[in-house]
Amino acid sequence: MELLSLDKLAARMTPGSLIAIPADYSGVSMAATRALVASGVRGLRIICVPTSGIQADVLIGAGCLAELETSAVTLGELGLAPRFTAAAKAGSLTIRDTTCPAVHAALQASEKGIPFIPLRGLIGTDILRQRADWKLAENPFADGADPIVYLPAIKPDVALFHATKADRDGNVWIGRRRELATMAHAAVRSLVTVEEIVDVSLLADETLAAGVLPGLYVEAVAEAPRGAWPLGLQDLYPTDDAELARYAEAARTEAGFRAWLDRFLDGRSAAA
Amino acid sequence: MDKALTELLIGVIARQLEGCRTVAIGASSPIPGAAALLVRARTGGALRVLMLGSRKHNAFTDGGRELFDCAAQGRIDAFFLGGGQIDGAANINLVGIGEPPRWQQRFPGSFGSAYLYFLVPKVILFREEHTPRVLVPQVDFVSSPGTSEAGIYRPGGPQALVTGRCVFGFDAPRRRFHLASVHPGETPASIRAQTGFDYDAPASVPITESLPPADLALLRGRVAGEIAETYPRFAATLFGREAA
Repeated sequence: MELLSLDKLAARMTPGSLIAIPADYSGVSMAATRALVASGVRGLRIICVPTSGIQADVLIGAGCLAELETSAVTLGELGLAPRFTAAAKAGSLTIRDTTCPAVHAALQASEKGIPFIPLRGLIGTDILRQRADWKLAENPFADGADPIVYLPAIKPDVALFHATKADRDGNVWIGRRRELATMAHAAVRSLVTVEEIVDVSLLADETLAAGVLPGLYVEAVAEAPRGAWPLGLQDLYPTDDAELARYAEAARTEAGFRAWLDRFLDGRSAAA
Repeated sequence: MDKALTELLIGVIARQLEGCRTVAIGASSPIPGAAALLVRARTGGALRVLMLGSRKHNAFTDGGRELFDCAAQGRIDAFFLGGGQIDGAANINLVGIGEPPRWQQRFPGSFGSAYLYFLVPKVILFREEHTPRVLVPQVDFVSSPGTSEAGIYRPGGPQALVTGRCVFGFDAPRRRFHLASVHPGETPASIRAQTGFDYDAPASVPITESLPPADLALLRGRVAGEIAETYPRFAATLFGREAA
């Protein structure tokens, strides 16, 4: 495992990279998001696992993305994600609509190194109709007809997320947020930001070890205290609801979004 | 937020959950969440509540996949879905209106609807806004269909549509809703005027029942504190409560 600065970690993601990011409740690296925006990178492709909020919205608004595959982008109780919505209306971003279990299942296919995975549901939806890469097939083991959809495996170039701690071997503690493990297993490599680097091995303690993503999957780690802000992180700190509300309001216009982003890039709250 | 209406809706949804053992609550669903926690409190925990975004009411430990895997196995009895548009055949649209890539109107996205609608036996459609804009003759985009052809694997589907004005039941073989009750202040005629799709209505339609006083006290007390953990703004606005 390499221990990198946030800027060097962000530089590992280049135009065309397919990056898996987790949902707001899981462990979102807003610190790496800030570094990506600051780097001026363009043409990133994002797969939301399985949805996103402010992270995808900021990357869209800052012009970093060429493509977004997602089950939803939303600010939750604060309503629509404004930059996502604006891009969808302008047609300025390739949006591939999917559904939550399809993302999880297609990542599981990559975990197993198999080319596709079948999934129930989907038949008769316009989601399926729009996805030329999904195939309506037959259950080969059924006695009669049993149509079922086959999804190609999703193999991200990078799994990018934030967690509470990593050790010197690149082992990362994720607790019960097992979708982070799925993302990391499926991806070619994981880039992780953490609240702190600890000197003792996280695998030494059997209680901790069950919640560890082994360093086997982790290419690089950057230390980023409060790195999920303004989102929250597990038991460490709650979501900054006031800041999210300021974002939701500001990002309704391009100018408001730019003003919010300038402060965010400086690591400051829009209230400061 | 209309407090009396919100409490009425929580009561309506709570009644829909009677007899369920396990209910899952998806994203952005404070009213279904409060209803589920109310039934849980009232039944002494007989209803298991799995609420996305909650720490205290979410027993999953295997990541985002677990809810969906449980649903496919038949372990989830009830779930809630909404829609930017809902039509008379219970098709729902959570994605948008217009032709991509230039959406005329864009909603957040389908979430798990294109899967869970097929697999969870009791799906309760919930959308507070009841206008011809939302309840349309035909959705512009089918995030998930209300019914499926014979031969498609589908143990699940819609049981009811609850809105801010009324409750509809769903008749799957006929692919049509029927008016089950109207909320106080509404009439069968006012519902007809605000609904963009056709549906059946009996000669006499009952008024939606309010929560009994004991349940209302439970909701405003214990349940208000519990829902605040996941939906702080909702709980603060409705009950003036912080997380318990």
